Amino acid sequence: MDTAFFYFFAVLVLGGAILTITRRSAIHSAICLIVSLIGVAGLYLLQKAEFLFAVQIILYIGGIMVLFLFVIMLVNLDEQAKERQFNGQWWIALICVAAVGFQVAYFLRKGAGAFQFANPSGAEPTAGNVEQIADRLFSEYLLPFEIASLLLLVAVVGSVVMAKKRI
Amino acid sequence: MAPVTTVHYLVLSAALLLIGTVGVLTRRNIVIILMSIELILNAVNINLIAFSQHLKNMDGQIFAIFVITDAVAEAAVGLGILIALFRNKETVLADEIDLLKW
Repeated sequence: MDTAFFYFFAVLVLGGAILTITRRSAIHSAICLIVSLIGVAGLYLLQKAEFLFAVQIILYIGGIMVLFLFVIMLVNLDEQAKERQFNGQWWIALICVAAVGFQVAYFLRKGAGAFQFANPSGAEPTAGNVEQIADRLFSEYLLPFEIASLLLLVAVVGSVVMAKKRI
Repeated sequence: MAPVTTVHYLVLSAALLLIGTVGVLTRRNIVIILMSIELILNAVNINLIAFSQHLKNMDGQIFAIFVITDAVAEAAVGLGILIALFRNKETVLADEIDLLKW
């Protein structure tokens, strides 16, 4: 059953991603990206990361994508949709990406056997997923957590300063 | 069907990363370039979660939370820059913004 779900979500993720980068209209791209992000959320659920599943739905689909849609509405994209959609150097980009993809595929194929000896030694977790994350986040990772809050503050101030006409 | 292993997740995330890279390098519309960056960050997250489950270690999920935080900050600032740019240059095509080109 897990296998069927994995392939279903993989098709959602990759199909949505390919449509995102090939659609002409930015709105269509955004909707395809939402499909792709829902697929990623399903993969989180399959990997027993329930907290990240909720975060993905709320933050990515509820937050970032709504932001994208607002900007698409603010910025007039109608003339741009009629123009050429790809760079002049698109074939150089494709060659470079194909080279990188070949390398990644080669090493994944060569290293696939290496994952056996690193197999889990720990026992199955006793606490829930959210409890475990909170436990680590507020003890071991407290300083990075605070730095992340500072980063968000800087991002809020920066985006307001940049999008405002006159300060 | 064969059971799903960690390698399946790694292959999926590599494919998603390459699709995102193609989007960043070939599209002209800056909005879609920013969306492709989100795809790349999601590929990284799939990798982190797969290894977190494989090694039964929660650190990967914590890192994924930080990656999502960065993605939010990047999207907010990037879209702010885009609005400022559109106000001044009336274009969202990446290759028409060539003030620094000699």
